[in-house]
Amino acid sequence: MSPDRLIYMANQIGKFFAAQERANEARAVAGIAAHLTKFWDPRMRRDIIGQVANGQADGLDTLPRRAVEQLADSAAQALGAGSRGCGEKGQPA
Amino acid sequence: MSLVAELDYGTPAVNSDTRVTLTIDGTAVTVPTGTSIMRAAMEMGTKIPKLCATDSLASFGSCRLCLVEIDGRAGTPASCTTPVAANMIVHTQTPKLAQLRKGVMELYISDHPLDCLTCAANGDCELQDMAGAVGLRQVRYGYEGASHFASAKDNSNPYFSFDPAKCIVCSRCVRACEEVQGTFALTIDGRGFASKVSPGMGESFIGSECVSCGACVQACPTATLIEKKVIEVGQPEHSAVTTCAYCGVGCSFKAEMRGEDVVRMVPWKDGKANHGHSCVKGRFAWGYATHKERILNPMIRAKITDPWREVSWEEAIGHAASEFKRIQVQYGKDSVGGISSSRCTIEEVYLVQKLVRAGFGNNNIDTCARVCHSPTGYGLSETFGTSAGTQDFDSVDHSDVIMIVGANPTDGHPVFASRMKRRLRAGAKLIIVDPRRIDLVRTPHVEATHHLPLRPGTNVAVLTAMAHVIVTEGLVNEAFVRERCEWGAFSEWAAFVAEPQNSPAEVEKLSGVPAQSIVDAARLYATGGNAAIYYGLGVTEHSQGSTTVIAIANLAMATGNLGRAGVGVNPLRGQNNVQGACDMGSFPHELPGYRHIGDAPTRALFDAAWGITLDAEPGLRIPNMFDAAVGGSFKGLYVQGEDILQSDPDTHHVSAGLAAMECVVVQDLFLNETANYAHVFLPGSSFLERDGIFINAERRLQRIRRVMSPRNGKADWEITQALSNALGYAMTYAHPGEIMDEVARLTPTFSGVSYEKLDDMGSVQWPCNEEAPAGTPVMHIGGFVRGLGRFMITEYQPTDERSTRKFPLLLTTGRILSQYNVGAQTRRTDNVAWHEEDLLEIHPADADARGIRTGDWVRLASRAGETALHAKVTDRVAPGVVYTTFHHPTTQANVITTDYSDWATNCPEYKVTAVQVTPSNGPSEWQRRYAEQSERSRRIVAEAAD
Repeated sequence: MSPDRLIYMANQIGKFFAAQERANEARAVAGIAAHLTKFWDPRMRRDIIGQVANGQADGLDTLPRRAVEQLADSAAQALGAGSRGCGEKGQPA
Repeated sequence: MSLVAELDYGTPAVNSDTRVTLTIDGTAVTVPTGTSIMRAAMEMGTKIPKLCATDSLASFGSCRLCLVEIDGRAGTPASCTTPVAANMIVHTQTPKLAQLRKGVMELYISDHPLDCLTCAANGDCELQDMAGAVGLRQVRYGYEGASHFASAKDNSNPYFSFDPAKCIVCSRCVRACEEVQGTFALTIDGRGFASKVSPGMGESFIGSECVSCGACVQACPTATLIEKKVIEVGQPEHSAVTTCAYCGVGCSFKAEMRGEDVVRMVPWKDGKANHGHSCVKGRFAWGYATHKERILNPMIRAKITDPWREVSWEEAIGHAASEFKRIQVQYGKDSVGGISSSRCTIEEVYLVQKLVRAGFGNNNIDTCARVCHSPTGYGLSETFGTSAGTQDFDSVDHSDVIMIVGANPTDGHPVFASRMKRRLRAGAKLIIVDPRRIDLVRTPHVEATHHLPLRPGTNVAVLTAMAHVIVTEGLVNEAFVRERCEWGAFSEWAAFVAEPQNSPAEVEKLSGVPAQSIVDAARLYATGGNAAIYYGLGVTEHSQGSTTVIAIANLAMATGNLGRAGVGVNPLRGQNNVQGACDMGSFPHELPGYRHIGDAPTRALFDAAWGITLDAEPGLRIPNMFDAAVGGSFKGLYVQGEDILQSDPDTHHVSAGLAAMECVVVQDLFLNETANYAHVFLPGSSFLERDGIFINAERRLQRIRRVMSPRNGKADWEITQALSNALGYAMTYAHPGEIMDEVARLTPTFSGVSYEKLDDMGSVQWPCNEEAPAGTPVMHIGGFVRGLGRFMITEYQPTDERSTRKFPLLLTTGRILSQYNVGAQTRRTDNVAWHEEDLLEIHPADADARGIRTGDWVRLASRAGETALHAKVTDRVAPGVVYTTFHHPTTQANVITTDYSDWATNCPEYKVTAVQVTPSNGPSEWQRRYAEQSERSRRIVAEAAD
């Protein structure tokens, strides 16, 4: 998946949830993370998690970046717990 | 089988709370107050002779055949124009009436050709019937006097003929054009004996404003206006009721047949969506089903540069299945997926998502609603709790204010547009929010109170400014909001919309809509009585499409315009079964009934029924599939009934994605543009050749019925089933009704639906279950599906697609009345008489600045690509905006559109593309190359097929 496109899409989502939760960034971040979990294919989430982890997501806005980091933490915890989490299934992109 | 008979009651039914009893021919009959004597008689089975009356039109009283005698009243009044009265005693057959009627018929027949035996209407002619009914045996006036026998026929319309020599000037055609269609294209020219039906100002039908809806043909009691197919082959001998396969209105038709040949499609009076009306597509444009270009044999090829090779069904299905399995072994189970079509039945789209989920083992299933109404799904689910329009079409009869946002109903949903126009002529007010001056802005006897011609891409700003007016001027229906909505969310929303940046004055600066127009429109919407919003793809196909849907829902909740007749939020669905395709779990994150794939109890239900373990993760959406294909992780695609290459945006990206795949399977009637990149072609069947259900824009389930054998040998659901079986996941349905039964078992909102119920009721609107066994015409009565309605903040975010010095104009796209989507069907009919190519509409100021005149070739370029087409200079578009349709692959308007999409759903931003327009000498280099590629790709090496 094109890194630029994933970052662009995540920023779009971020703007919507930032507007919803103007006084509560944590809720905005949770909203973005929930949207990515609910609607993005795992490979897309895996790719953007990888981009952030590898420092290749300069264009990613603050709130969606925090959301992606949250997803990465959840995935790591799920792996640690031995259950299937987002980003686990499918082939390497 | 026989012809489906419909009674003609002569005059329309009357809705009245009171009833009166009268006596007709010695029998008492009780009918609603205001009913005509003619209708009252027919209610008890007595046919009063008539010619100018028919129950689709208001009574007229011109033919003088329906005279009756009434005790205590002088004369012989016309029964069609005389209302019933209590204790009235009516006689329909007396010697005096018989003499009068014979006299009238003698006059008619003295100026009518006596060619009944060779007349195309023989057996279906009301004049002939009336001659029999009155016992006409002679014409005392003879036939040698002045007559209209020499009047010239008008055969200019491709579908019907007008023969003035057979006209009795009953005005039914003129009245149908006015009352039913609302076009006012016909008139009676001249007086007395010189009276004649005239299209426009003495023009031919094709040259007039006639929209070829067929209402006049339907209304004509003689052979004056008659289908050319009937003239060619004769009268039909049997018929079946079915549903149109074009737009989301879902008109019911009688398919009138001779053997397995369609003679004509006649709108069914009992159809709840269309009430006996039709448009040029459904009424006449069905000939594509037998078009010579239709592919009837399966075909395969190793590479997309090879010619096609015809093979047996077994070989084609086996090859496709083995390729998908190979790809999954090589690249992983998530490397393949499917796309279903809103042109297919709910049973068929249900099977495709089942094949993907159970046969492929992933959720890479999407449907063409992705590129049209997916933001409706998101926006209405978040605010109301379910993805569906709130009303039935009949609701519009109770509206006082109609607001149309980003839709062009007279072209896209013409039969419902006629309903709207009728209500508007009766006094309802109209608000139009659209960058283009669509026909409804000003059309005969209809004029919008407010037209807000906003700059493309500023929907959210304008609708939020309307909310600003409603909140700051105290026009909120607080009682409704407090009772029905989340008060906290409302309060946050109200504070947001009241902020200065959302004021009409500020929004005028970016939208171009005068502030006062926004204020006036908002006040009218909030205070004008029952206010209904109807919207189309001009709302959804934007980077803020979902936000716009939410903004619409907010307006309706704030003003209490939900939960009763006459109000509501109504998405006008583009294709016949968009609603149904969405309902059936065709999105990658949802199972049937809009239940998220991550919901464990729902998955468990399907796991048990299907004998599998569903993947809990959402799959790829269509644009993501192309991205993943270009990226190398998506390699195989099964496309049922959808031409993604022509219909999806950024054609170069789509073609790159398709070219990167190792197995593309296309199932369609024709070798469409996507098939240029396919390895397997599975010939599909037309809507005339299979059984099933479509669900229209008002959530109405309606049957389509097989009236001819599939010319390709299989209905589409059988093809999907065969592919699934070859993949190793067994499907054993014997009939689509069994698929519907499975849907009902697994989907609570459909649990009360069955073929038997549809046969009994004709149609039903979901939810249809134990709580609502007769269906649900209006949703959210007393409470929203989600409980309390949810206001959401709609902050305007300008699209990143902006005009620049290089691309200074904004392109928006749409459709035209005579054509349908990518034109695969309508281009293969005589509808090309009205639209044989896509044109670029450009404002005179922009055209002058570029030296462009109507008819010139122009180059249309964006950052995504370029094409060339002919220009049409018109002030229907605003300066700075250009417009075209996307019906013709030779133009490929989507070469121009970009990869920008809705933030929530990836619905493409078709409606805003920055472009430049310059004079051109002809087709672009890309068009020439593509035409050559298409021709090469469509080569077929014929081999024996079973």
